[in-house]
Amino acid sequence: MAVEKFLVEASHIMMFARSVGDANQIYYDADYAKTTEPGTIIAPPTFAQSSAQFDPDYFLRPKIGEPWFGSGKEPTGIKRESSGGGGGGGGGLHAEQHFEYHRHLHPGDVLSATVKPGKTWEKESKRAGKLVFSESITEYRDQHGELVITARGVGVRTERPVDSK
Amino acid sequence: MALKASNLRVGDTHSVCIVEDLKRTQIVQYAGSSGDYNPLHTDEIFTVKVAGYPSVFAHGMLTMGMTGRMLTDYVGDGRLTKYGVRFTNQVWPGDTLQATTTVEEVADGIVKLKVETTNQNGVSVLSGYAEARVD
Repeated sequence: MAVEKFLVEASHIMMFARSVGDANQIYYDADYAKTTEPGTIIAPPTFAQSSAQFDPDYFLRPKIGEPWFGSGKEPTGIKRESSGGGGGGGGGLHAEQHFEYHRHLHPGDVLSATVKPGKTWEKESKRAGKLVFSESITEYRDQHGELVITARGVGVRTERPVDSK
Repeated sequence: MALKASNLRVGDTHSVCIVEDLKRTQIVQYAGSSGDYNPLHTDEIFTVKVAGYPSVFAHGMLTMGMTGRMLTDYVGDGRLTKYGVRFTNQVWPGDTLQATTTVEEVADGIVKLKVETTNQNGVSVLSGYAEARVD
């Protein structure tokens, strides 16, 4: 996954803040934002994750003209592959996420993101069988080539769906 | 509104109810804003019949995002320098979540915080840390 052009826009920040239940006016109102310490609208701390919107190959977004694995007439739009990724339903689950902010994003930023694979490891769990973890490190750079956010994500594929309590 | 190092003590806590009775529609809203349309979060039929879960469940990143609101309200706008979490249990529609942060260390203009979010049964759903610049 790589993103060449992630346009940080005020309306996207507004919608993102709404979706996480954050009413802080710094995410909605440019005039109010001028009175705050950053002096501008900034993005909420987990906003960088929405770079998925700008990844042409992101596989958890239905693409025009391509089959989608969610339900329609049938419970899934494609034949289930017996790839052993049980419980993930496509791509596994998110186990960890870490962000380091070199500066906060604001509207007008044009970011690019590069992803490097990290470690992989396995663990046995009572609730989901064998777990296979894999790490990836994403570096977000701005229009000047400056590193603005370093993100580290860990995904997990489970042998079977996770037992819930 | 930023924190002052001189006012902080190790063990200080700040705790907020970040969502009450989480609605499926909010999960849909998060799918739309984040771009993560994994059907596990919004498509009950797929999630029950194909993936084998009892119902759709929230994106881990939605819990991280809602918990982030508690943090930024506490440390002030633009002050966060690090924020990382592990997703320790799934979050389901109908859950009520309490997010708590605890001061672990204050040094060199930085506060180090522990972050924990629990559900209505007191079960941890998110566990992590954050760091922020303080005055």
